[in-house]
Amino acid sequence: MLTEFGKIFIFLLTAIIFVIVGILTAKLVRPARPSKEKLLTYECGEDAVGSPWVKFNIRFYVVALIFLIFDVEVVMLIPWVMVYKELGLAGYIIGGIFLVLLGIGMAYEWKKGDLEWARPTITPPKAFEKSEVNADNSALKS
Amino acid sequence: MIIYEYLSELFGSPVLASVIQSLFPLIFLIPFALFAVWLERKVSAFMQDRIGPNRVGKHGWLQTVADILKLIQKEDITAANADKPLFNIAPVLVFAGSYLAFAAIPFSSAYIGSSIDLGLLFIVAASGFVVAGILMGGWASNNKYSLLGAVRSAAQVVSYEIPTVLVILSVVMLTGSLSLYELSEMQTSSIHNWILFGGNAPLLQKILLIPFMFIGFIILYISSLAEVNRTPFDIPEAESELVAGFHTEYSGMKFAMFFLAEYANMFAVSAIVSAIFLGGYQSPFGYLGNTLGLTWLVPIEQFLWFSAKGLFFVFVQMWLRWTLPRLRVDQLMALCWKYLIPIAFVNLLIIGLIVLIKI
Repeated sequence: MLTEFGKIFIFLLTAIIFVIVGILTAKLVRPARPSKEKLLTYECGEDAVGSPWVKFNIRFYVVALIFLIFDVEVVMLIPWVMVYKELGLAGYIIGGIFLVLLGIGMAYEWKKGDLEWARPTITPPKAFEKSEVNADNSALKS
Repeated sequence: MIIYEYLSELFGSPVLASVIQSLFPLIFLIPFALFAVWLERKVSAFMQDRIGPNRVGKHGWLQTVADILKLIQKEDITAANADKPLFNIAPVLVFAGSYLAFAAIPFSSAYIGSSIDLGLLFIVAASGFVVAGILMGGWASNNKYSLLGAVRSAAQVVSYEIPTVLVILSVVMLTGSLSLYELSEMQTSSIHNWILFGGNAPLLQKILLIPFMFIGFIILYISSLAEVNRTPFDIPEAESELVAGFHTEYSGMKFAMFFLAEYANMFAVSAIVSAIFLGGYQSPFGYLGNTLGLTWLVPIEQFLWFSAKGLFFVFVQMWLRWTLPRLRVDQLMALCWKYLIPIAFVNLLIIGLIVLIKI
């Protein structure tokens, strides 16, 4: 006898086999004439500059961390959502308290600016320009 | 369901029957993807006052078939710098992840891949599979565009998963079931039983529920758009800055697999949205098969309704794609964390309270 999750496993196998068969079939038909230029990493036709592992925004990690908190919370909510009707108003209030606590946490994150995406702030270097000009002028004068 | 039982009686083996029924979504998906790609090009063309593909076949309807033939013959290049095993596994994972979602989607009352009780939770989990594949593909390509696209895509998909799940939970509060098959069965007979209109709750509760259900529906649709990386949320694939995002380095059949997975995903999220809120495979009014007394006609009609609803939402996705400009990263994250999630939270609590009141 096959359980429902067994059927899902068969779905998974079907998908994997389909992709592999598709790629292998194409392998029979397509040409394979690799050359040095073709095998270069694509970077708009130029030779690739530097390592591809560029620094990216630290915010991605912050998003991943916040997501983790909320995902765990969602997993906690699923059993509550399924049974809260039987628990009545008391169950609802307990779940509500849990959600409000999370809401406070989220408000704190918001206030601290963890939800803001870092944007480059352009501060025109006024003071610097001035002193530069002054220095030039003084140099000219002396 | 009926089809599975029939097949297992026919072959005398549940495993063989299950293998055959696991092929059905594939048989549906390939013509759908061919049609949807053509439709997308036509829709975009008409929206931009162009003609679109019109050479291969009448109105260009064979264009995508020609494209597939071209892709099969295309040389498959794996860049010398790429991490080969991961690079080759990525398309398998991405396609498998989007195909797995179809295991829990009921196409009609006669057919569902696997009627697990946790269908919706399973679909959310399967979409996590896709993220792993995307990250793998982007990282293994060893290309700046791919890596940036993959990281953006992962951040976006995981962020928008939370409003999705919150809306799903608020529907579960009303219905008490996570199985899409049961949800669809509940919204039977006619349009006023759709969960968008309060499901089969008592009348006063229904009236109270309708505005909040609409809010939930809109949140779910927006976040489902973001989950499949469609415009206006397509920064992972932003053509103008990242070439093609995480699949920049892919060519030939592997690229075709990513493309097929994308269109499969588009249909999957549309089907899920319609199954949760708009009755799934149920007809908005009665069935012709019931009035004529032909019971075998009903599942076929249901399948037609299901694909019509799915296609409608796919069309809306295309419409939005060619109407709205792309959001910036900070706008995208602000929309999710500052608007959708708090609204979804409050919505969840309000729906919970309304359901609890016994009228």
